[in-house]
Amino acid sequence: MVQLTLPKNSRVRTGKTWPKPEGATNVRKFQIYRWNPDDGENPRVDTYFVDMDKCGPMILDALIKIKNEIDPTLTFRRSCREGICGSCAMNIDGINTLACIYGMDEVKSDTVKIYPLPHMPVVKDLIPDLTHFYAQHASIMPWLETKTNRPAKEWKQSIEDRKKLDGLYECVMCASCSTSCPSYWWNGDKYLGPAALLHAYRWIIDSRDEATGERLDDLEDPFKLYRCHTIMNCAKTCPKGLNPAKAIAEIKRMLVNRTV
Amino acid sequence: MRYLTARKRAEGKGASHTGTEHHWYMTVSAVGLACIVPLFIFIFGRALGSSHEEVQAIFSRPFTAVLTALVLLVGLRHFAKGAQMMIEDYAQGTTRKLLVMFVIGLSYVVTGFGLFALAKIAL
Repeated sequence: MVQLTLPKNSRVRTGKTWPKPEGATNVRKFQIYRWNPDDGENPRVDTYFVDMDKCGPMILDALIKIKNEIDPTLTFRRSCREGICGSCAMNIDGINTLACIYGMDEVKSDTVKIYPLPHMPVVKDLIPDLTHFYAQHASIMPWLETKTNRPAKEWKQSIEDRKKLDGLYECVMCASCSTSCPSYWWNGDKYLGPAALLHAYRWIIDSRDEATGERLDDLEDPFKLYRCHTIMNCAKTCPKGLNPAKAIAEIKRMLVNRTV
Repeated sequence: MRYLTARKRAEGKGASHTGTEHHWYMTVSAVGLACIVPLFIFIFGRALGSSHEEVQAIFSRPFTAVLTALVLLVGLRHFAKGAQMMIEDYAQGTTRKLLVMFVIGLSYVVTGFGLFALAKIAL
C-alpha cells in the first residue's frame, strides 16, 4: 500500500562526518546511508571524504576504500566487481544501479549520495533484504519445463529461436528494476515486478519449453502481472541496458492473443 | 507474526486468471475515445453560447445524439475501470473494496443522469 511518510523508527538523521584525508588535494564527498539493527538507533547518513588520486574509478572502489581505510563497519554486498553477479546494486545519486560498473564521473553533483535499494527492508547499511524478491523469482519456475521424453542427446534450438532470448537471459537479478517501480513499491507483496516477469517471459518464449500455457495461466492476474502500468522506470534504470517493460508488454500481448 | 516460508508468501493464493479482459477493454475503449472525444468536443464547443433552441436543434440530430450517448457510455465505463485500477494501486483491504464500489456506482449514476439529460434535449 502507498506510504507517503517513513515510520518514526526509519526517519533518517544526520550522522557522523569523518575527517578529510591529510594532504589530499583531489577529495570527493560521500554521503552514505547507515543503519545497524543491533544498536536500536534510527538510520543516519554518514559523510566520508575520499582521496580520488588514490582511488579507482568506480563507486565500488570508493566504498571498498572507505571500508578498508576509514570505517570498517560500513556494510555492503559485492563480489564480481564487473556487473555479472548483481550483488552491489544500490541507489547511487538517485539511480538504482550496480556500484561496480557505475563510474565516479557519472555522478553529476560534487557529493555522491548512496542509499540501499528503495522500499525494501534493510538488513544493515546498504544491504536490502531480497528474500521475497528471490521467492517471487522462484515462483515463475525459472527452469526448462518439458513433457516430451528427454532426447538422447540434447534439446535442440534453432539459431533464430535462440536469438529471441537475447536481451532477456542477460538479467543478473540485481533488483534495480523492481525496486525502481512504483507499482512494486506499493504492491510488491503480490505484483511480481519487472525482474521476475522478464525472467517469466524468457521461459515463455523459449522454444524448448513445453509449459507455455501453464506459465501464462500462472501470470494472468490483476496483481501478479497487470500492476505494470508501463511507467518504464525499469528500462531506464537497468544497469545491463535491458527492457523489462517490453517483456511485460509481450506477456500481455500473448494473453490478449490467447483470449481474443 | 505468521511463520510462512518466503515461497508461500510469494505464491499467495495463486493467480485469479482474470485481468486480460480488463486490459483489453481499456485498450479498445482508449482507441475508441481517442476518436469520438475530439469530435464531441468540437460539436460541444460550437454549441457553446448558442440559444436553448439552437442547442436543442444540434443535439436532436441523430449523429450528435448517438455520439454524445457513446461518449457517456464508453467514457464512464473507461473511467470506472481506470479508477478501479488506480484504487487497487493505492488502497488496500476494506477501503479498497468500498472505494471500488463507490466509483463503479458513481459511473453508473452519472451515465444514467447523462443519458436522461440527453434524452430530454434530443427527444
